[in-house]
Amino acid sequence: MIQATLLALVALGAPAVVLTRDPLRMAVVNGLYGLVLVLLFVALAAPDVALSMLVVSCIAYPLVLLIAISRSRS
Amino acid sequence: MSRRARLAIFAPALVGFAALLVWGVAGLPHFGHYRGPYGHVVNRIVIPERHVSNAVNATTYDIRGFDTMGEEFILFAAVTGVVLLLRGSGRTRAEKDDVVRSDVVRAAGAVAPAVVVLVGLWVAAFGFVTPGGGFQGGVAVAGGAAVLFVTLGYRAWSRLGNESILDPLEGLGAGGYVVVGVAALASGLPFLTNIFGFGVAGTLRSGGSAELLNWAAAIEVAAANLILMTEFVEQYLVRGRS
Repeated sequence: MIQATLLALVALGAPAVVLTRDPLRMAVVNGLYGLVLVLLFVALAAPDVALSMLVVSCIAYPLVLLIAISRSRS
Repeated sequence: MSRRARLAIFAPALVGFAALLVWGVAGLPHFGHYRGPYGHVVNRIVIPERHVSNAVNATTYDIRGFDTMGEEFILFAAVTGVVLLLRGSGRTRAEKDDVVRSDVVRAAGAVAPAVVVLVGLWVAAFGFVTPGGGFQGGVAVAGGAAVLFVTLGYRAWSRLGNESILDPLEGLGAGGYVVVGVAALASGLPFLTNIFGFGVAGTLRSGGSAELLNWAAAIEVAAANLILMTEFVEQYLVRGRS
């Protein structure tokens, strides 16, 4: 049940990232989408993958995105 | 290109990829029905032969420690490339600090980095007991330091995020990994053989020299991420503003 819910959220989250047009919002939506994937990996009993996904999708990648966005706006 | 032409290219590609995806997923083994031999072997040997209760890290830092060294040097080379491109000779430091005025943000900025760094160290330290390890812990530590920049401003952060601290740390992480490998060579065994004794399974003293490799990777990954941050921030944010 939890797995099905999270899978559904992942299916909703991916188009949400693609359909967000503003880059800054997209960075946030993408981070949330990554977080849903992290929860899905936890629910699928893959905590190591979840931790790697967590640090990449919620720390490293948003940082690079935010710097690039800030650069393109200054 | 018109919207119509783009759709005409996109639609067949979408159908093709969707068909491939469905075909591939339908052919996967059922969930929990792993077919390869190695996972079962690793699961059977990690506790008796390596005294490590996290099979993933026993694989990463011991059974295939050499591959991990390659991965570490991929990161090292990538960061070196960024540094070569972005670290100019006549760099101008920021003249004025970008002061963060909100008290709430500053208070969070004083507390949050400590919490995130602590979590990162914990994830790295317990890599051979529970899920985690040097890579994940290292990125989290770097993330904690990055919060300093966001909440306390450039000047507070640049005390930590500067090359005179980070470059030696990155070298220490990357070189330390090789030194542990060479230590095995020096004692007459193959490169990266686990020579320091395996310790007690389920404790922080498990894993032997793989634990040292884990910490070397943690230092390397944390420093590499912070160097990337430093270069991007100084190149694009601070310079662009001053």
